[in-house]
Amino acid sequence: MYEGVVQDLIDELGRLPGVGPKSAQRIAFHLLQADSLDVTRLVSALVEVKEKVRFCIVCGNVAEAEQCRICSDPRRDLTYICVVEEPKDVVAVERTREFRGRYHVLGGAISPIEGVGPDDLRIKELLTRLADGAVTEVIVATDPNLEGEATATYLARLLRPLDLKVTRLASGLPVGGDLEYADEVTLGRAFEGRRVLDV
Amino acid sequence: MALYRDAAIVLRAQKLGEADRIVTLLTRQHGKVRAVAKGVRRTRSRFGARLEPFMIVDVMLYEGRSLDTVTQAETLAPYGDPIARDYVSYTAATAMLETAERLTEEREPAMQQFLLLAGGLSALAGGDHEAGLVLDSFLLRSLAVAGWAPSFHDCARCGAPGPQRAFNLASGGTVCPSCRTPGSALPALATLELLAALLVGDWDVADQSLPQHRREGSGLVTAFLQWHLERGVRSLRLVERV
Ligand SMILES: [Zn+2]
Ligand SMILES: [Zn+2]
Repeated sequence: MYEGVVQDLIDELGRLPGVGPKSAQRIAFHLLQADSLDVTRLVSALVEVKEKVRFCIVCGNVAEAEQCRICSDPRRDLTYICVVEEPKDVVAVERTREFRGRYHVLGGAISPIEGVGPDDLRIKELLTRLADGAVTEVIVATDPNLEGEATATYLARLLRPLDLKVTRLASGLPVGGDLEYADEVTLGRAFEGRRVLDV
Repeated sequence: MALYRDAAIVLRAQKLGEADRIVTLLTRQHGKVRAVAKGVRRTRSRFGARLEPFMIVDVMLYEGRSLDTVTQAETLAPYGDPIARDYVSYTAATAMLETAERLTEEREPAMQQFLLLAGGLSALAGGDHEAGLVLDSFLLRSLAVAGWAPSFHDCARCGAPGPQRAFNLASGGTVCPSCRTPGSALPALATLELLAALLVGDWDVADQSLPQHRREGSGLVTAFLQWHLERGVRSLRLVERV
């Protein structure tokens, strides 16, 4: 344990995802030794991101206005919705240039062992978006791992009574990986080869 | 530090850093083991798919101080895919994993729990019986292995021969009229028969049970499990019952 404020910093850093106690300590001492201008820049970036960036009221993607850049773009096709887990997955799909519709960010995947159930994700919001019948296809692009598959299964079952097509990216995406690590070509191909989910 | 090989069921997979994962394994010989699997979230990883929950794998592990490291993993039974394709099975299977995780200790051999869980996952993946029944049977039997076998016939306190009707959590199952304390439940006799069948794996009886008895039975099993486990099993809340 260190003196007051230093330990506070280590504790705060240790709460970040993927930062263990050792890394937290390393980052803390790096900051202590860093130029104070560099630290000020980091602080203002942190403050600014919390002040300026919010979540799109339509799709849940990160946005600098009420609606994100994609939802407010009139050239996007309103008949397709691509469902992803996280905002970073929107970036991954956008890179492929295969998809011209809009997105829906769930905020994670169904993981009962982590205490995350359907009600903890933005699934009700998805149903609301589908209510007017304008969307004809929902493409489920959750991660190609167990929780992503189970979430896709749940969505397919939930959306079955609606008059629309529910598809899943083609297998060929390596199972067990994160969507964001798939290269553009593989992900683009998975989009083209998507299959109808029937449960 | 030693290298060892074992059969293992993947109980949990948590993200670590950029591309790694910490997996919690229930091994056949070495009890519960936590290990790092490096690079598995990169899409070119050879064993990412094999180290997903519900998979049974043949693993090679390198012993570490707190965490071991997975160096190789080959699939023995690919239960992940069939289970993830049925949402009811998925929630039941998740509750099984969490219960097994709670009832076992790190590096303390628990072969019976391993075999029970492997059997339960196989039944869910194969759709052998209704998922809720498979779950309840697993929960009862793993509690029994942990030393908390409930009684569904004789009196759990004094042994008075059954069938006894009242069910009391604190007493460990059915109780006779003289041992009965306030707060005992009075389930249907058929529910107690179903639970007794699930405890010993008598599927002929269990498969023929009626929905209302399955519902009542799963309520009792859940209460019994939560009674014995301090913090409760949180995925049970999300189990879908048909
Ligand atoms: Zn949006
Ligand atoms: Zn008695």
